[in-house]
Amino acid sequence: MTASATLPAPLRPERSFQGLILTLQRFWAEKGCVILQPYDMEVGAGTFHPATTLRALGPKPWNAAYVQPSRRPKDGRYGENPNRFQHYYQFQVILKPSPPNLQELYLESLYAIGIDPALHDLRFVEDDWESPTLGAWGLGWECWCDGMEVSQFTYFQQVAGQECAPVAGELTYGLERLAMYLQGVDNGFELNFNGLEGDQKVTYGDVFKQAEEEYSRHNFEYADTDKLFRNFAEAEKECLSLLSKGERGEGERHRQVLPAYDQCIKASHAFNLLDARGVISVTERQSYILKVRELAKACGAAWVKTEAGGA
Amino acid sequence: MPDLLFELFSEEIPARMQRQAAEDLKRLVTNALVDRGLTYEGAKAFATPRRLALNIVGLPVRQPDTREEKKGPRVGSPDAAVQGFLKSAGLTDIAQAKIESDPKKGEFYVAVIEKKGGATLDVLAEILPGIIRTFPWPKSMRWGAASTSSSSLRWVRPLRAIVATFGAETEEPEIVPFEVDGLKAGNVTYGHRFLAPGAITVRRFDDYVTKLEAAKVVLDADRRKDIVRHEAKNLAFAQGLEVIEDEGLLEEVAGLVEWPVVLMGSFEEAFLDVPGEVIRATIRANQKCFVLKKADGTAEAKAMGGELANRFLLISNIIAKDGGKTIIAGNERVIRARLSDAKFFWDTDRKVWKEDPEFKRLEKFKNVTFHEKLGSQWDRIERIRALAKELCKVTGADEAEVDLAARLCKADLQTEVVGEFPEVQGLMGRKYATILGLPASVAAACEEHYKPVGPTDSVPTDKVSVTVALADKLDTLVGFWAIDEKPTGSKDPYALRRAALGVIRLIVENGLAGGLRQITVFSGRLVMAQLFEVSRSRKVSLPSEAILGAIQNPAFKEFGETIERLVTLLKDEKSTVPPQSWEIDRSNDLLSFFHDRLKVMLRDQGARHDLVDAVLANGEANDDLLLVVRRVEALGKFLETEDGKSLLAGCKRAANILRAEEKKDGEGKFEAAANPALLAEASEKALHDALSIVGEAAAIALQKQDFEAAMRAMAKLRAPVDAFFEAVMVNADDPAIRQNRLALLAALRRVTRQVADFGKIAG
Repeated sequence: MTASATLPAPLRPERSFQGLILTLQRFWAEKGCVILQPYDMEVGAGTFHPATTLRALGPKPWNAAYVQPSRRPKDGRYGENPNRFQHYYQFQVILKPSPPNLQELYLESLYAIGIDPALHDLRFVEDDWESPTLGAWGLGWECWCDGMEVSQFTYFQQVAGQECAPVAGELTYGLERLAMYLQGVDNGFELNFNGLEGDQKVTYGDVFKQAEEEYSRHNFEYADTDKLFRNFAEAEKECLSLLSKGERGEGERHRQVLPAYDQCIKASHAFNLLDARGVISVTERQSYILKVRELAKACGAAWVKTEAGGA
Repeated sequence: MPDLLFELFSEEIPARMQRQAAEDLKRLVTNALVDRGLTYEGAKAFATPRRLALNIVGLPVRQPDTREEKKGPRVGSPDAAVQGFLKSAGLTDIAQAKIESDPKKGEFYVAVIEKKGGATLDVLAEILPGIIRTFPWPKSMRWGAASTSSSSLRWVRPLRAIVATFGAETEEPEIVPFEVDGLKAGNVTYGHRFLAPGAITVRRFDDYVTKLEAAKVVLDADRRKDIVRHEAKNLAFAQGLEVIEDEGLLEEVAGLVEWPVVLMGSFEEAFLDVPGEVIRATIRANQKCFVLKKADGTAEAKAMGGELANRFLLISNIIAKDGGKTIIAGNERVIRARLSDAKFFWDTDRKVWKEDPEFKRLEKFKNVTFHEKLGSQWDRIERIRALAKELCKVTGADEAEVDLAARLCKADLQTEVVGEFPEVQGLMGRKYATILGLPASVAAACEEHYKPVGPTDSVPTDKVSVTVALADKLDTLVGFWAIDEKPTGSKDPYALRRAALGVIRLIVENGLAGGLRQITVFSGRLVMAQLFEVSRSRKVSLPSEAILGAIQNPAFKEFGETIERLVTLLKDEKSTVPPQSWEIDRSNDLLSFFHDRLKVMLRDQGARHDLVDAVLANGEANDDLLLVVRRVEALGKFLETEDGKSLLAGCKRAANILRAEEKKDGEGKFEAAANPALLAEASEKALHDALSIVGEAAAIALQKQDFEAAMRAMAKLRAPVDAFFEAVMVNADDPAIRQNRLALLAALRRVTRQVADFGKIAG
């Protein structure tokens, strides 16, 4: 009997996709996290949300949790692969500084969504996390439940080129995969989204299948590559220009980091789409990644000169 | 005598680091103790996913006392010198120093520093924190509130508790009093994360191990491995199956669990359509599970390593309430998903291959960079084709089959299966080629051209495989030589040493005769043409050093003026232009790399490396590695005979005398033929005659590459050489006779050098 048994049936994490999200939100809210909403831009992973990338920097404590829709244009499979989508959800938790009982808190959260450690084989398997585009790395694990990776657990060491002091702990739950496991479903599109049955049941496929088909066509075939190359160049230019306008010199706070970082996110997404369209060669690829990293690093350096960054 | 129990309890340590970390811990602590005069009877270190533990038995309670005499300045030295001495010796007054005298120095001060040995407990408290702080993890991290400071403790993952107790069996051990970053050493550890997470108070190693075991932690990794091995075997046996042994995986899973429980799961029979290697690759790499084979499989399946069963073994870390049903079901779901991916890839690939009998998709390799300077994968394949065609002259392989194999040997890199599981490259090429009904030799070459991978891998024997394997490796070596990316020290990112060893083994084990110089010049021209193409197309902004060097080389001018012309020459007219000096230089450089690898290989096989040097000293045919090896073998056998040993001694004596006399008279002064008229003694005449007979016989034998016969001929020199040294004084008073006798010795050196330079042989 796990903690979720007290919830109304449709909201139980093992019954509905939304029930899983609500349970995680409630769990981390009870642990003192700010529950944020998704960032309103296209990002490749929950880590890109400024609530993680930027807030991980500087000395101020910060505890937050949120769902982030993530877009990986290259992972599109026209809705034909039951496990791989170009748009999916991550549940992201960041705790700064990392509390001494972070592993226990994480296991408690699994228990809250119905994973009983007396029945399941839970494992912390080495995973050195690195985001070349964000200029970030950390050490931690893939968290396995019965042989399946259900989360990533990372102690950030460096983000946006800045050393983390103190270190933040980051948890990322792959929501679709976790929900498939909890609901006992082999096909992601068959996930029960709202927890109701019969006519009233809404599946993940009802919500997202058409989007997967359309966006796969877009990402691989239709996206205007000339426009994307322009977008990339413009976002890169704008990011640097905003950073330079917001700079007030020695000892003064920076005034223009968040809008500049938005441009870094835009550049990154444009690159991901260009990559999916197959118009970036192997050698160019590296140079685009480096360009985005330079933007992220410039934003990180500016962030620590802001109030939230501890200046 | 007291023992130390030391445990570092942390969040999960990566499996691959545990064993080394345990060894490092033992080494660091015992070295630090020994450095401080504390020897011990025994030490053993252990690791689990959550702890490193060290047990050191038989330590003394205290360090031995030490007494040191420190010499000071002369009596009556200036005050500054005396004060400096007092400070360095830790004295307050010069009256505390003794005065000694010495006939040379006169009277001087001596301080006697007596140090009482410290308590071992205190020494431990002093050394252990430093060892923790500077522990050599391959990668370490900071964590928690303390990480605000950049000097906070670093560990592989957060360090949570420290046990350090010291004491004899008969008494209550003491806790070593120290603290690292707020973490205080104590006597409390913790059991299995899920099965017995509570705190455990421990005294010393004996009860520590027992209490951990009761708390579902098997401390010793080797024991965990034994448990897995044993349980796996039993479970398999009960189903009429055999576990496919996998030592690497076993080591890894032993580092992922503190309490191993082996469970068996299954997957749908239909997935067995997928090649067994792919099934094994995905189950092993992604799920860290063992696969099984049928114990009663067909003979054919057994020959292929056994027919896979639709079962797998997973190693769980808990004793589940339901006996493992949920865990098995969960793992089966994941493996089912992985295998349906693999099956999907396999089906797609087969369809793609069948629909493309002209291999049009190989054009895609034009967009895949092999190396920035060496062009695309397509360019590389074209070079391999051209080189393989040339090599057919040596291997005698069918040219058409070789060309097809060379074209297709990298084709499987484009397949979905290899994209997902790179470790099955080559093997997949063979499978797809077989499906297309291509000749068996071509299919085999798709797999075997990668071989041999390392010194223990098998060497292909099929002529097509051998030819493509040689072309593949030679192109790699010559290419990286041309752009000057040779291995240095421990750095060999393109595995060029392995490639060179591969070439050597292919040649030697297949008995392929022929010099490497010519073929590496040929291969070098293909590569140079490529370099020019790349630099011309401006894919690389600056021509490489090699190109610049070549263009500036005056010899190169003979090739033509424009790059276009050079490319044409190198590609199409290469056989009409003789090797240029810079090409020969590069070939020789590469050849000496081959020689180094050959020496390593022969030494590993037990041959004497001085024999290799002696044979290689004969510069002429040393690019024919097969001949070099045969010569070494024949020479080794000859030197084991009495004749051989004796002749060697004679030749060395001759070489030494010549060296000494050449110093006086000059190099090459004795190379003129001896004058028969001046041969006074019978032994001189006998040696002179023997040299001319043996020299001719050996030359004929060598021409026929019959090294045994050459050695037999050499053996005939033994008696006359011995007799000569017995009867004759080389440095005779008469200068003409001396000159003549030295000429005889020089002739002996020339004759024997046809086989090897005896001066380079030890003994």
